Amino acid sequence: MKCTVCRGPAVIDLRRHNANFCAEHFLKFCRDQVERTIDDFDMFAPGDRVLVAVSGGKDSLAAWHILRHLGYDATGLYIGLGIGEYSDTSHRYVAAFAAEHDAPLITVDLRERYGYDIPGGARAARRTPCSACGLSKRHVFDEAAIEGAFDAVATGHNLDDEAAVLFGNVLHWHTEYLGRQSPVLAARDGFPRKVKPLVRLGEREMAAYCIVAGIDYIVDECPMARGNRHLHYKAALNDIEAASPGAKADFYFGFLRRAADRFDGEAEAGREQLGRCDTCGAPSPVERCAFCRLVERAGGAVPVNAPTLRGAK
Amino acid sequence: MGSVLVRLRNPTRDIDMRGPMTVARLLNRLDLNRESVLVVRNRELVPGDALLADDDEVEIRPVISGGSA
Ligand code: SF4
Ligand SMILES: [Zn+2]
Ligand SMILES: [Zn+2]
Repeated sequence: MKCTVCRGPAVIDLRRHNANFCAEHFLKFCRDQVERTIDDFDMFAPGDRVLVAVSGGKDSLAAWHILRHLGYDATGLYIGLGIGEYSDTSHRYVAAFAAEHDAPLITVDLRERYGYDIPGGARAARRTPCSACGLSKRHVFDEAAIEGAFDAVATGHNLDDEAAVLFGNVLHWHTEYLGRQSPVLAARDGFPRKVKPLVRLGEREMAAYCIVAGIDYIVDECPMARGNRHLHYKAALNDIEAASPGAKADFYFGFLRRAADRFDGEAEAGREQLGRCDTCGAPSPVERCAFCRLVERAGGAVPVNAPTLRGAK
Repeated sequence: MGSVLVRLRNPTRDIDMRGPMTVARLLNRLDLNRESVLVVRNRELVPGDALLADDDEVEIRPVISGGSA
């Protein structure tokens, strides 16, 4: 197998692109795809300050690595979720990456800052761990982005993630969610701009990128991840992809190009009127936001009058 | 007689397989979808047409978040 670009020995074949790449040209291919995504969707511009949510997994570390390689000003944000050994290990990978690449990293530990962790908080608030976790992460990302005056929050969602979510939303006709599938969400109502620069690359490419670039990441899954409902959508899409390379990208990008805007109205109608949380100042449809209720029920310290700059931008 | 030592993940476990064989053949024998895994030897990617010899040690790494191999 030879590299499509230089005819040297290839390390990976990408059937969707009908191409094989050597290590060097594969890294370049991935970076080009990300650059193109940033341009096509007007995600951010050179000089903008980007906050990358990093978990220690392959996607977010690859995203951080690629953005820095492309010359963007990318700071990492790691959240200590307090999920036992998984959290300890993932933090080690993130800290090692930051040290090796001399990359700025912000760490927010839920226990230290808010007095709870995900397993305990979920139990106390009678939520599933992933729901407590998602709520916590969103709050901390938003807060850190606004506090640090970042221009955008970037996450490591890849083509497989987005295609699987789209597949689920189409399967069940969740039309209000179909209007929010864009890889870029504009800043509004005190929420920061959110972008997904990896949507042109699949999971296999992201894992390969880390291996080829020598990035160590946590391979073991979060122990709470069992039963993730997107998993069988991903498996189904991969079966289709095996028979018909390019199907996932056609499905996702075809939707964005030809259908997404038909659901704008439903997304808008489903949007709640937002005021401010009395306690933390975050945008919220009710007096006390879901995050502050979680913190309170988990017995942690409610962030009374946290000095946020919400809405200042 | 040697064999190829194959490490699978989530959970981590090792199996021995009779070589030599190509990576593609290995994935076939384990009934794994080539979209869902990568094969790594000495921290390097091994392409599908590469030959695995006896005494090689390879890791089959799942690439789907939440997935296993
Ligand atoms: S699997 Fe659930 S609990 Fe674990 S990190 Fe992901 S969202 Fe959080
Ligand atoms: Zn090449
Ligand atoms: Zn609040």
